[in-house]
Amino acid sequence: MSFWNEILEGLRISWSAIKANQMRSVLTTLGVVIGIVTVTMMATAINGLNAAFLRSMSILGTDVVYVERFGWFMGEGEWRKSRNRPEITLAQAREVERQATLAKAIAPTIMARENIVFERRSGGMVTIIGTTDQSLITGGMDMSEGRFLSAADVAGARPICVVGNDVAERMFPRDTPVGKRLRVGDMTFEVVGTVAKRGRFLGLFSLDDVVFIPVTAMAGQMVSRPDVRLDVKVASLAQLDDAKEELEGIMRKVRRIPPGGKNDFAINQQDAFIQNFNKVGGTVAAVGLFITGLSLFVGGIGIMNIMFVSVTERTREIGVRRALGAKRRTILIQFLIESVLLCLMGGVIALVICAPMTLLVAMALPAALSPGIIALALGVAMVTGIISGFMPAWRAAHMAPVDALRSE
Amino acid sequence: MSLITLQNITRSYQMGTETIHALRDVTLDLERGEYVAIMGPSGSGKSTLMNLLGCLDTPTSGRFTLNGNNVDDMDDNALAEIRNREIGFVFQSFNLLARSSALHNVELPMIYGGVPPAERRERALVALANVGLADRIHHKPNELSGGQRQRVAVARALVNNPSILLADEPTGNLDSKTGVEILALFEELARQGNTIILVTHEEEIARHARRILRIRDGLIAADERLEKPVTPGPPPLPA
Repeated sequence: MSFWNEILEGLRISWSAIKANQMRSVLTTLGVVIGIVTVTMMATAINGLNAAFLRSMSILGTDVVYVERFGWFMGEGEWRKSRNRPEITLAQAREVERQATLAKAIAPTIMARENIVFERRSGGMVTIIGTTDQSLITGGMDMSEGRFLSAADVAGARPICVVGNDVAERMFPRDTPVGKRLRVGDMTFEVVGTVAKRGRFLGLFSLDDVVFIPVTAMAGQMVSRPDVRLDVKVASLAQLDDAKEELEGIMRKVRRIPPGGKNDFAINQQDAFIQNFNKVGGTVAAVGLFITGLSLFVGGIGIMNIMFVSVTERTREIGVRRALGAKRRTILIQFLIESVLLCLMGGVIALVICAPMTLLVAMALPAALSPGIIALALGVAMVTGIISGFMPAWRAAHMAPVDALRSE
Repeated sequence: MSLITLQNITRSYQMGTETIHALRDVTLDLERGEYVAIMGPSGSGKSTLMNLLGCLDTPTSGRFTLNGNNVDDMDDNALAEIRNREIGFVFQSFNLLARSSALHNVELPMIYGGVPPAERRERALVALANVGLADRIHHKPNELSGGQRQRVAVARALVNNPSILLADEPTGNLDSKTGVEILALFEELARQGNTIILVTHEEEIARHARRILRIRDGLIAADERLEKPVTPGPPPLPA
């Protein structure tokens, strides 16, 4: 007997059996529906979080490295050892800027938090970024109005500033910010431009609630002991490792580290973020899927239970089929098909429920019912059917034909 | 060579600590074209013998040859194939699939035999026509009378051209008039050369056969040959 014939006959029998016990089939399937919905929604949420994260990461740029006093992800031991490192001074930063050859752009950057005020309106504490004209390149920013800091502004430590989109909207709701005089801390800066909206980083803090000023103005007057971060955009991704090596060499020279001595600075990259996120995210995903998987497991037990009932009810039919020449394998396949069919129906119903739920999730996270997720849901349904149907099907296949025929 | 040869067949069951000998040392030959009745009270070993002849069960010891096949040492898959090819079952309670049409019920042995769909349908239609049910092919069992159901069962039993038609109390669930019709159908099939084994506990029904085997206490107590059927000729088949 051909395999295809067996499948076809199995489908036909299963369908008529499910139709004959509609109420029971629907109720049993409900467990699987709930299981598949939770698993699918969990997968959708995890996918969405990943996408949101990667979107944030793209702000950092794959070809940008950050030379800083501390590494981004340091253990406590590492932190204790490195907390006495000297700051990276602006002079050191400018020296690196001068010597580096593999960088497309280098922006020395200092950050601080200050109050901003325009006329009588207070804008509260915002992030003040002291940097150079190069920041436009390293940060991958666009201007929506006016211009960014120029090299001359930086050289002359001129009292001018560029505002982020949020600051522009909050402080100058009805008017252009360009030409206005904005108070930052104790100093006054003339606004020369607005940076186009950049969004939130990891959904946590806004990249638009900032004011850019010349790094020279910041280091001289606003911050007494500046700790400079160097944002370095490499000329090409292929040279990333060479560029990092070069930066390390220059930094060691500039900071006068003896040969064999340990670096007292770190070269950070978005890689570190991604690795860290993947570690945490992987754990969260595993735990989440495990918990939602439990509900699917309960659904699977429901299927197993009803399949045992189905096998018992149809013992005599099994005997007749065996007498007419059905092999054990044939009976096994027949009941497996029935259980897979039940679960697949559950999977389809679950997807119909998931579609509107995904739209809800999509309001908060980038989420979509992708073909991948649909295939995953149906695949999971099928595997659930095979696993939970196997024991009942095995029992059906291994009944002695004589006993099966004798049953009432 | 005989169609069926049983040599020193025994079949015992373990019931708790006790061993029950359902068949003890049965030796028997059946020829092609014979119409045999197996008789015996319940507990005689009659059912055990029938299960062995139907290849639903295997003997504890002894040789069993069916149509040249050594059945006694076959595995489950091989037995399933033998049942499919060589045996046509007719049961007391019909045992049709309740949710399937008469046509699909008759097609079933051919599905398991791997017959292609077109030929399957063709042969099932012929088999149903042969038992006078050409106009009932799409009826489900519960839309058919008892006699009609048993005819569907006979059509299903014969559709794979088996060596043996094995009928277990085929008239047990039928009224006497319908029972006579089914026996007449068997008579006709025997006349056409089919080998029929009829298991029954009713003397009157057994006497339709040409040979009667009486089983008692796991042994063949008597082997009678009747020269001619009691009923002089089959009544015409109802349309």
